[in-house]
Parts: sequence; C-alpha cells; structure tokens
Amino acid sequence: MTSLFEYAPAPESRSIVDVAPSYGLFVDGEFVDGSGEPMKTVNPATEEVLSEIAVGTEADVDRAVKAARRAFTRVWGPMRPADRGKYLFRIARILQERAREFAVLESLDNGKPIRESRDVDVPLAAAHFFYHAGWADKLAHAGLGPDPRPHGVAGQVIPWNFPLLMLAWKVAPALATGNTVVLKPAETTPLTALLFAEVCRQADLPPGVVNIVTGAGDTGRAVVEHEDVDKVAFTGSTEVGRSIARAVAGTRKVLTLELGGKAANIVFDDAPIDQAVEGIVRGIFFNQGHVCCAGSRLLVQESVHDEVIASLQRRIGTLRVGDPLDKNTDIGAINSAEQLARIRELSDIGEAEGAHRWQPVCELPDRGFWFPPTVFTDVSPAHRIARDEVFGPVLSVLTFRTPDEAVAKANNTTYGLSAGIWTEKGSRILAIADRLRAGVVWANTFNQFDPTSPFGGYKQSGYGREGGRHGLAAYLKESS
Amino acid sequence: MTHVLDPGTLEAGTRPAPGSGAPFDDVTRSDAALRAFLHGLPGVDQVGAEQRAATLGTRSIKTTAKAWAIDTAISMVDLTTLEGADTPGKVRSLAAKARRPDPTDPAAPAVAAVCVYGDLAGVAVEALEGTGIHVAAVATAFPSGRASREVKLADVRDAVGNGADEIDMVIDRGAFLSGRYLEVFEEIVAVKEACGTAHLKVILETGELVTLDNARRASWLAMLAGADFIKTSTGKVSPAATLPVCLVMLEAVRDFRAATGTQVGVKPAGGIRTTKDAVKHLVMVNETVGADWLSPDWFRFGASSLLNDLLLQRQKLRTGHYSGPDHVSVD
Repeated sequence: MTSLFEYAPAPESRSIVDVAPSYGLFVDGEFVDGSGEPMKTVNPATEEVLSEIAVGTEADVDRAVKAARRAFTRVWGPMRPADRGKYLFRIARILQERAREFAVLESLDNGKPIRESRDVDVPLAAAHFFYHAGWADKLAHAGLGPDPRPHGVAGQVIPWNFPLLMLAWKVAPALATGNTVVLKPAETTPLTALLFAEVCRQADLPPGVVNIVTGAGDTGRAVVEHEDVDKVAFTGSTEVGRSIARAVAGTRKVLTLELGGKAANIVFDDAPIDQAVEGIVRGIFFNQGHVCCAGSRLLVQESVHDEVIASLQRRIGTLRVGDPLDKNTDIGAINSAEQLARIRELSDIGEAEGAHRWQPVCELPDRGFWFPPTVFTDVSPAHRIARDEVFGPVLSVLTFRTPDEAVAKANNTTYGLSAGIWTEKGSRILAIADRLRAGVVWANTFNQFDPTSPFGGYKQSGYGREGGRHGLAAYLKESS
Repeated sequence: MTHVLDPGTLEAGTRPAPGSGAPFDDVTRSDAALRAFLHGLPGVDQVGAEQRAATLGTRSIKTTAKAWAIDTAISMVDLTTLEGADTPGKVRSLAAKARRPDPTDPAAPAVAAVCVYGDLAGVAVEALEGTGIHVAAVATAFPSGRASREVKLADVRDAVGNGADEIDMVIDRGAFLSGRYLEVFEEIVAVKEACGTAHLKVILETGELVTLDNARRASWLAMLAGADFIKTSTGKVSPAATLPVCLVMLEAVRDFRAATGTQVGVKPAGGIRTTKDAVKHLVMVNETVGADWLSPDWFRFGASSLLNDLLLQRQKLRTGHYSGPDHVSVD
C-alpha cells in the first residue's frame, strides 16, 4: 500500500522446533515403523522436504486398533472419570507450554501464517482439551441419561487445513467420554499430530489410548473400515465423506461427518460497513480460505454493493501475502500443488463463465504454492464458483434486493455449514438466522470458534456436532 | 448511503476546493437534516472495531521499520503541558526540549508543536522563534467547554493574539449528547472563523461521548464544520485516546476525503505513553488511511511522557543497550 512505512521482516525462529528426518507410526505408546512405502511431507511455502513419514497399511492399522481396544478394556474405560480428566488437563497445559513449537511446526507443514497458528490454532486446540477435561467427570449431566457409556474405539480421519485443531476437536471429546482413539492425520500435514504423540507420552497417557497412524487415503480407509472400530469421525471433503458413509452403512458403527461448505455472508444495507468488510476478509481469507465454513459467497444488498466492494478492495490491498513464518504475514501458502491446481481451475472457470475477476497487485514468492486473494464480482447463482467449494482465497460476490431474496439465495446450495449476517438491526438478525439452513450462523462477525459452541452442518455439509454439550453425544451411548 | 469510498470515483474536475464541506452543504441547513445525516452514517460494531484494533496491534515492527517509526513518531509529538501550575519557565524548558529532544544526539528530530494554555502561548512563540515548531493553544473553556459562546470565542481570539498558530478547541459535549448537533456545528464554525489563519483542531472528548457511533458522528460533524484536525481527547478525562476510537476517526477522515477531496488530520491525545503504543497507532494509520497521513501535517500525538520513552527506545536502537530514565531530560 505504501513504501513510506515498510515493515522489516519479522520471522519467527524455526529453530524452536526439531523436525526429525523421519517419523514412524505412534502405536501403543511407541513410535514404530510403518509397513508401507514412506511418504514425504513438504513445506508448501518453499517446497522443501521437511521429513519422511511412515505409511500405515491395513496390518499397521490393525495393530493400532488392537492397542486401542486393549487400552479401552483394561485402562481407559475402567478408569475413574476424574482421573481421565486429569490427563486431559495435563495435555492442555503441555500444549500451552509448547505453544510456540506447535505454532511454528504448523506453519511450516501447512503454510498458514504464524499469526494464525499462534493466535488461533494452538490456543483453541488447548482450549478444547481444557473444556473437555472439565466434562470428563460430569457426563451424567450432559443430558444423555444418568450413565452414558463410551462407544469404545474411535477411528478418526482429519483434514489438512487445521491439522492440530482438528485433532483436538476429535481427540479431546473422545478421550473425555472414555473412548480410545486411532487417528489418521492428513497426508500433507502429519507433523503436529506426531508432535502431539510426543505430548501424550510427556503426559504419561497410558499406551494405546491415542494411536496415530499416518498415511494417505488407503490408510484412512483401513481405519474407517476396520471391523473393531465402534465409532467413526471424519472431517474433510464431501466426496470422501460420502464414500465413508457407504462403507459404514449396515455396520454397527456410529458415524459423524463434517464436510464441505459454501457459506453465504449476507451484508444488509444497514450493516456496520467497516466491520462487515473486516468480517468478509476474515470469512474468506482466514487460513487462505482453506476453511470448510469459509464465507465464500458474499451476498451484498444491491444498494451498498459498490461501496462495499470498493472498501473491500482497498482493504484487500493491505493484506500481506508471503512467508508464513513472518509475524506480519496475513496470507500464507496454499497447502499443496494439488489444491493450488483446483483453485486455479475453478477460478479460470469463473472467468470463462463471465464473472469478473479482481486481484490486488501483489508479489508472490517464486517457489512454493501461492494464490493471491481474489474477488469475483458479477457472479450469478448458476456459476460454478457460486456453487462449488473452492477451498481457497476466492470470494464470489452476489447481490440481493430484499431479505427474502437473501434467504433464498443463501439457502440455494447443497451445503449448509455456516452463514453470516451483517446488520445493525437486532430483530433482523434473529428473523434471518431462523430461516437459514446452516449449522452455524454468525451475526456481525465471522469465523469465531469456541469449544463450548457446537459446530456442524446441514445437508451435504455432514451430520453430528462437535464441541459443546452436543458434541459429547457423538461419543456416548445414551443411557436410560 | 452517503459515503463514497474511492477517491477516484470523484471526477477531478468536480472536486470541491479544500476546506469546503461540499457535497454535504445541504446537510447542515437544519437540525433535522444534520441529525438525519449523522444518524444515517453506517454504524460501528464495537466488538468488530476492537478486534480490528487488537489485530493491528500484533504487527511486529522491528529494526529499520522501528527506527523509522520512532523518528516519525517524535516528529509528530505535540509536546504538551496543561497544568494549573504552568509557568513561563516551565513552558520555556518544554520549548527547549521540543527543539532538541535528545541533547546527546542532534540527529533526533524536533517535535511538531508545543501545546499550552492560551495565556502562555506568547512565551512559547518567543522560545520557538525560527524553529518551525508550531505553537498550539487549547481554548474554548478547555477542558470542559462549559462557558458561553462569547467567552469561548474570546478565549480563542486571545490565544491567536498571543501568537498560537494552532488552536485545540473542545466541542460542547452536553449539546452533542442531548442531540443539539447544529448548535455544536455552529460553534465550531464560529471558532474556525475566530482562528483566522490558525489551524483548528477539534477535540471530541470521546471518553465522554462513550460510544464509537458517537465518535464517528462527532468526527463527521467537526469535519463538516471545517476542522483541520480531529482530536480524541483533552487528556483530562479517562479513557482518553484508545486504538478503537482512533480507528473510527481514521475511517472518518478517509471517507471524508473520498467524498469531498478535503484531507483532515487526526490527533490521538492522552494515555499514549510508550513507544509500543505510538507504533501501534502508526501501524493503524498506515493500514487504514495509508501513507498520505504519515506525516506531522496529518497525524499528531498529544502527549507529555511519550517523548521520553521514544527517546529511550531510539537510544537503544542506536547503542544496542537500554539506558535509564536519567539519560533523557525531565521536563
């Protein structure tokens, strides 16, 4: 924006974290070799190989599930709930103590800016453990009967956009309710999960309570399809979610899915415009737009369209794209070449279909995977960029004239994970929120998360809730 | 909606002359029109504004950027003494400090202005002659503003007569809070006239206006009336300058220039004591209104103790180690 006040580089030191040249699987409290051909994990900002990661096969997964079953039957299941809570409190505290390490590692492996891993991902992950630690000995008051019981072994598969945070969303409630876990981190972002394995050891968590099996799609399938898994939890794409639902159908397994989204962020003409612009930016450019609940469709009232777009473009011009480890970076790297290709493809389709593409002048690094913040105006509800989840820093702007039209357009999606409403009129917030088919509706804010608040979708955004009292239900059998 | 955000959307040819409130002349034709206009400005969501200010506060300003920010901040200081106990001697010592803030380092920039009560403006003018440092005087029954219009205007004329080339007036918060906007507007217009060629800074006293919606409305009101600067506080009321208030005022001057072509300065005053605070403000200026405001002509800090902390941080950058409070002068 200006050359007068140039911010000098302010990189967070990466020497705070030791990345081993290779990692095994974490099974039964030990790191063991995987039987598959190891894979490499790269820093998406530089394409540098960070480490070699073991790949778990069906046999490895079987060992992990057996360890989890053993731990469930002999140790974790029978343990006094208050003692389970102590372990969770301990994990939460260690996450806080080692927060810088986790933040740097997350930014290295995922590409997200250190400002976000430091201020959002890691503190929230710790908060999830603290919150669920408190529930461990109070489950009789969760509204699921006097003595709700755990399912047993939970098989969990998580995505690459919030590697540690999604781990926390899955592991914390599972452990608090007395389940044991076999977790498969995403192929491109396994490192913080492996550091978390170390935290489990540091916390003296009994072996087998948490098992982490790295690998790609096949490993995930082995976890989900293993016959001794009682409960399956998945966060990721709708496509994979569908295949998991098929695989689980007809079995005794309990399933929760948290899938894609195409959230509408609705700006009425009486909105606090400056804050709405911040919310739009936070909604779509937070975490490079790799957010299932991202506000990827801006629905703006026609009478303020020009004003909002001008203001938005000026604001986007101040976003700092670059080195994820620089404390002043706002937008980091796209997580993988594959994801970058998808974002490019959908953006090109957007242009070909007649929408108008706008990007600020911004210099992108030569190496690594990068995509500038992008705004499409003149988008029609029929365009693919208004319907498909881009999962990148790409905003589609649509307009509406009346509240009814806003609701109709907002709900006109196969997804239903989240939505945002911007207006200074309280009665309108309540009336509109009531009519939106989305699991989370934010009013005059966006992308706010808290462990006490349930999160989950309608329609093809999945089913089941995570967080809050509702989230416990996914990991407990109701008693009568 | 009244506000146009992109300066480019106004044709150069149709841009009104600086100092004119056009195209908003009609909104001050009556109390009702002015109220409708001010209440029609987009609201400010307090939680969102606070969050934005906090996020900007996490910018990490190091090495060369920090050195630039410290020097720029020093050059933006309105070095202030507003005590009942002020004397000519005190003002002269402040003036000496204003000219050369760091006696050990002539390369340290001078401050922007010295800010005093009107009766001492003459002393300051004399002490600062030939330096280019401005003399600002508070007026209009500062800090409460509770006096008749005549007394206030006499106060302004007196200060200007004593040689002050900047007048820091207070608005009538009582009139503002009871909704008599036109009265506040007319008073500012009258003061502006009494200022003659002196620059007018209008103090909103946001600590008494309380809400950010009020801060935005009062900013627009002052700009419409011809303010050269809008200023947060007298320093006598807590809270004084806060980052969210400053953010809202910066947005107001940005939007006002986009709509009218007239640029207005911003001066947070009171409560800014550390280099860290000052740098946070500069980051906010940089990312809200841009480089055009990053000069003492358009952004000032009203402060007394801030200068010494800036000097200590400056010495630290220069020498590599922290000195102590005895390495800067007390005033």
